[in-house]
Order: sequence, then structure tokens, then C-alpha cells
Amino acid sequence: MSGYTPALKELIKRVEATRAARVEKARKGEHFPALTMEERQEWLRKYHPDYKKDGRRKLKVGPNKGLELPEEVARLLESKSRLDTKSIDLSRTDYTADLLVIGAGGAGTAAALAAQEAGLKVIVSTKLRHGDSNTVMAEGGIQGATQEGDSPYFHYLDVIGGGHFSNQPGLVAALTNDAPLIIHWLEGLGMMFDKLPDGRMKVRHGGGTCRKRMHSSGDMTGAEIMRVLRDEARNRDNDIKVLEFSPAVEILLDEKGHAAGAVLYNLETKEYYNVRAKSVLIATGGFGRLHIQGFPTTNHYGATADGIVMAYRAGVKLQDIDSTQYHPTGAIYPEQNVGLLITEKVRGLGAQILNTDGEQFCFPLEPRDVESACVIRECLEAGKGVVTPTGRLGVWLDSPMIDLLHGEGTVRKELPAKYIQFKRYEIDISREPMLIYPTLHYQNGGILIDEWAETSIEGLFSAGEVAGGVHGRNRLMGNSLLDVLVFGRRAGLKASEYAKNHKMGGKATLSHVDDFNKEIDNAGIKDPGVSPILLPDYAPDHVRERQVG
Amino acid sequence: MADDKKHKTLTTGDRTIPPEGAKMIAIYIMGREYMVPETLTIMKAVEYAGYSYVRGCGCRGGICGACGTFYRYIGDYRLRSGLACQTVAEPNMVIMQLPFFPANRPGYDLDDFTGSPHEELRRLYPEVFKCVGCGTCTRTCPMDIDVMDYIALMKRGDLKGAALKSFDCVMCGLCASRCPAQITQFMAAQFVRRAYGKYILPKAGHLEKRVEEVKSGKYEKLLDGLMAMKQEDVKKLYVEREREPDLAEPGKWMPKETNNL
Repeated sequence: MSGYTPALKELIKRVEATRAARVEKARKGEHFPALTMEERQEWLRKYHPDYKKDGRRKLKVGPNKGLELPEEVARLLESKSRLDTKSIDLSRTDYTADLLVIGAGGAGTAAALAAQEAGLKVIVSTKLRHGDSNTVMAEGGIQGATQEGDSPYFHYLDVIGGGHFSNQPGLVAALTNDAPLIIHWLEGLGMMFDKLPDGRMKVRHGGGTCRKRMHSSGDMTGAEIMRVLRDEARNRDNDIKVLEFSPAVEILLDEKGHAAGAVLYNLETKEYYNVRAKSVLIATGGFGRLHIQGFPTTNHYGATADGIVMAYRAGVKLQDIDSTQYHPTGAIYPEQNVGLLITEKVRGLGAQILNTDGEQFCFPLEPRDVESACVIRECLEAGKGVVTPTGRLGVWLDSPMIDLLHGEGTVRKELPAKYIQFKRYEIDISREPMLIYPTLHYQNGGILIDEWAETSIEGLFSAGEVAGGVHGRNRLMGNSLLDVLVFGRRAGLKASEYAKNHKMGGKATLSHVDDFNKEIDNAGIKDPGVSPILLPDYAPDHVRERQVG
Repeated sequence: MADDKKHKTLTTGDRTIPPEGAKMIAIYIMGREYMVPETLTIMKAVEYAGYSYVRGCGCRGGICGACGTFYRYIGDYRLRSGLACQTVAEPNMVIMQLPFFPANRPGYDLDDFTGSPHEELRRLYPEVFKCVGCGTCTRTCPMDIDVMDYIALMKRGDLKGAALKSFDCVMCGLCASRCPAQITQFMAAQFVRRAYGKYILPKAGHLEKRVEEVKSGKYEKLLDGLMAMKQEDVKKLYVEREREPDLAEPGKWMPKETNNL
């Protein structure tokens, strides 16, 4: 079966019936009114999944003991190590480096490049291939105050307001101040930004922005960034050695409690390797593949929160790890596209969100958590959702408005990847709207860092989605690609300074892992799991039943 | 070592739970028959059959290039291709994924070309100029890119055209795996896109200026001011922000308040 079913085609007629009038209003700059600050809070409290009491419980061990978390995250943090620490011979060293980068997405690769430029020898360990990350999946853009009518001052206000003022101000300042430098760095690396003929960057709005500062590369901005950074790292392979399919499973500390390396696990040969390094960066990405509260996710296969697990055992505190971002527009139809991200750029280009009657019910560019709450409210409370043939509930995203507002062919040109992904199932999104519902998108919190990506452990850095505090309890579009590059580069630079002033530490230990395992026993946790889990398991029940012995 | 089986109950998520009465179809994963529910993507069908991916699975959303796949229908001579996460499994499909392909990728220094970008391309990838024009790459591309055409543009020296035409590439390697001239198209295209972005696409002048302003420390002072403010005052500034009109032309619009630019 392809395209929309006859029943859905009938419903699309209601969307078409109101479209001309809506386009007319949009041309005049007339919007559906945005919520007030008070309404935002109220709607979040009532409809956002983070605020639901069930499915959450208090953490029983570690530096954040007592914090209330989603069950899936709590269980992961209360799991025991994969390693039998006694059978690992830590006197053996398989690799040495000035900097060990764990994770080869945007943050890890940016850090490796910055450290290499400062003269370091870098090893990058990654669970899958170089570039396999959420960075590659980011579509709509990267923010940066590069235009004359904008500045980091206004970018700062947008970020901290979007995060409901729960962000670490120092991290927001670093993020927004460095943004133009990052865009410039990417331009110099040969990234193909969307530009006007004279070279000026094309920019547009995202949810919660007061200025148009979303820079893009079609609708595959993250993929383009990742392709370019990976290509550059490969040009420097004398100094940057990438170990693919070899995730880190524990951090090594030295006798002083400083970062000393990590234990890697070769997924194919099932060997463990010891890497000794003067400094270590955790850049392993987020927790989308934990499927919190059963939500589908837009995330990469490897997004299993390995980094927070390792850091937590080493004694690092986590911030806002109880806060999850649900992207308002995840595809719910066709079934093959379920969970797939529909970039916010679609709304940035003018597409509106509509209920089953073809009516608007919210400002289409609220901050993401608020927008998600609006959609959930319309479906569950107002009962004006559309039901798909597989029983999923959602609302329309009226993408055909884009060509009407900006000219024929805009969808094809500005959203090429999305266009192809739907065209495969015989839906032309420049002619027909999409069906969407919020989907698990981003780990808002994470490892506590300072503005130089340092953690509370000397020599241990963290950057990207795995770290917390930059976005507070809600992130705006286009600030994640920026975050990974700003703090990745800052980590690389600071690690260089650190590595130059420090010798390789003495004896490496895993005693913190033993201590943590004991803490789990002492807390009386029954049947603890084993983590990091490294990869999700999607085997169906009938297969599991036979996987015996 | 810890028991690998123990962690299995930690996640569920993407598991396929077919609706009652779902129609089952036969597919052949590397030649072996499995019955799977219809309408699944190849990737989900392979997982439904009981495989756990290590290689050959990445973003699961059609952009990372990890899951390039070849398949044939029983009784049909044609070899077809697609991304496992984007292609729907159909009855009698015989499936083989290509999780890795050895690519030719000579290193280079983007800041120090020995000649023009086109000459540098010729030096790095002389095989591009030996394309026999068979079109197998184009027929193989799961992203519907006209690969042979961008190779032709490269030969002609139209690097802009080649960069734009190859832009949707996910670097899965399927094109190169089928090329009789042994060209690694997707790596040559990566080089061309960066050369185009660096040397042919005009530079953003406003960005250059802004970078100088950032380096002068101008904004650090403004940001320090914001950080020192009480939260109520920052909230007030946030609520009072002036919103740039959606259809304003980049670089033309200026806010009423220009003190903090």
C-alpha cells in the first residue's frame, strides 16, 4: 500500500479547504497567537511527558541519589559494569594517546581536530563507524548570530528563555559567543552552506528565536557537517587514529583519581583493550534509544547513554538528566517512517500545524517542549487528532503551504531528504500534508561541565548531547549542532593545555567500578542490569523465547 | 565476563509487534528463508527474523549510509539496491547488505592544493577520467542521484555542478561497489564538495566581520552583563524581544533597539 488511504485523503480535503485563507494571513505576517509565559508553564505541567508522575522513580545510588528519573534511565544508572574488573590486566597497555576521545560524532571529531591542531596525538574510539551519531541526523540547521541585526546577546536570550531559565548561564554565554567562530570554521573547511549569490548566509527562524539565525545546508545540515569533519579528520590520520566498532565500557582513573584512559570493547572480536591517555573526552551522545515512556525515537541506533553510565560510576554528577526533549514533529505515517524526524525547518518555512478539522490550534514555532505539549493536548484533551490505519494519533503538518509562500519548487530544493523519504511511499509533501506526533528526540541534561567542557574529575572532559547544562530543560532547534562543535572544540583545546602540562599518570585503576558495584549491592537493588548496554535489542518475543541456554 | 543476556530486558522500543492477522511473507536473508510480516522495512524485517545488527545499521532514518543493500526477486535477473532502513521488504526478496566497502581515498590538504581544484581532482582521482559511461552507478544509487552525470561534470571541470548534483550522497558505497572503471565516486564527490565550498562558493563577508567583533571580546562584555543580571530582569528582556519578520531579507532588517548588536 502506498500514499494516503482513501479515509486519510478525505480528511486532507479539510486541510485543503482552509489553506488559501491561512496562506493569505501568513503572507500578511498574521500568526496564531503564541502562548504567554504563564500559559507555557501550565501547558507543560499538564501535557508534557516529563511532568507525568508514573514511569518515574528515585535514583538509589551514586552522586545524584534521590533524584527522580524515568524508570529507563534509573535502571541503566543502577546497573553493574560489563567488566569483571579482576580479569582485566591493567598493567598491559594496548594503545596510548595524549587525548582519548570516546565517541566519533560531531563533538568527538571537532575535539580531535582542535587537539590535533594543538599538537596532540589523538585516539578516537567509537561504537559504530566514524560519524555514526545523532549529529548526522540533525537536519534543519545550526544557529549563530552572524547577521547585522542580530548578536550573541539576543542569541543568549533565546537560548536561556527557551530553556525556561534553567540553563547554566556560563555555558549559554560560551555557546552563543563562539557560534560565529564555529560557522566561520565550517565555511573554511569547505562546508556547503545555503548562501545567497553574493555569499551571504541564508538564515531563517526556528522555534523560540527572535532573529533569523538558522544556517543550513539543505535539510541535511548535520550530515554535511559530519561528512566534512570526518573527511578532514581522515586527512590528518597520522595524528588522529580512529578505532571503529570499539566502544569504551569503563573509564580508567589513576592513583590520584585523575582520568587515565578507558577500557574498550571490540564488538566483533569481543576483546577488551586498555587505552592509556593523559586526558579523556566523553562525547558519546544521548539516550534516545532507551525509548523512555515507550516513545519512538528519532535517534541513532547507538544512542544508548553509554557516556553518562561510565562517568556516573567514576563519580561525576549529572544535571537535568530527568529532562527529555520530545520533538513536536515526528512522522507517524506511513508506518515505515514512524519516529522519523520532520525537521523544524518545515515550520520555519511556514508550514502550519492543524487538527483533524484543518484548523490551527497553536503558534507553529513555540519552543519544542511547549509545541509538543500543544500537540499532545489537541490529540488527548481536545480529541481533535487524526487516527492512522495502525491506530496512531497525530495532527497535520501542512507542508504544501511552503511552495505557496515561497514559490514552486521550494520544498524540493529546501527539503530534499524529506521529499525523497516520503516520495518513496508515494506521498508528495509539496502537495500533501504530513501526519506528525511528538517523538523522543534529545537528552536535555547530562554530565555536569564548565564552559571549557571540564568535569569534576581532572583530565576528564565531556561535550555534546552527553553533557548537560547548556540547554537547561529544553533545547531550541539549531543549538545542538552548535553545542557539539563549540564544546567539542573547547574540550579539544583545553585538553591540549592539560596534556601538555601533565605526564601520563601512574597505575591505572578500576576501583571506582568495584566501589559502585558494591554500592548497588548495599542499596539492596534486586536483579540489577548490566550497562553500558551498547546496542538496543529489537529481537521480537518469538525469537527471544528460542534464545535459550 | 558479565553475562551478555542479562542486559536484554533493558530496552524495548523499536521492536516490531505485528498486528493480529498480519500477512506473513517469505524473504531470504543471505539466502536463508524467513517469514516476516509485510510492510516492514528490510532493516526491521531482518531484526524481526532475529538478527541483531552490529554492522549495517546506523541512523535508521536514511541519512547515514550504513545499510546499503543489494537484493533480487526470485525469478528476476535484475540486481536491485536500496537502503535497508528505507526499503520495504517484499515477498521473495533475496537480500544481502553491504556493511563496508573498501574505498580509495587519497589524503589531501584542503589549504594547499598543487593546482586548481580541477587539477587537484585529476591528481587525486585520475580514475574518474576513465569513466566508461555505463550508468550502473546511477542505477545503483539508493538516493536517486545521477552519479554518472556528476562524474561527467567532474571530467568537464564543472565542480559546482558536481558538488550540487552529489549533495544528497550518504556515502554508502554502493556505486563504487558496482563500477567497472573502479572509481570510488562518493569519495571523489566528497573532495569536490569541499573544494567547491572552500574555493568556488563566495565567502560570507558579514561572517568575517562578525568573527572579528567576537575576537575583539565585544560580546563577552555584553554577555557578562546578562549573566550578572537577576533572573527577573533577564525574563523581562526575553519577553520584550523584538521578533524579526519571517519574510525579512537577510542582512536588510534592523531591530529598533541596536545597543546590543
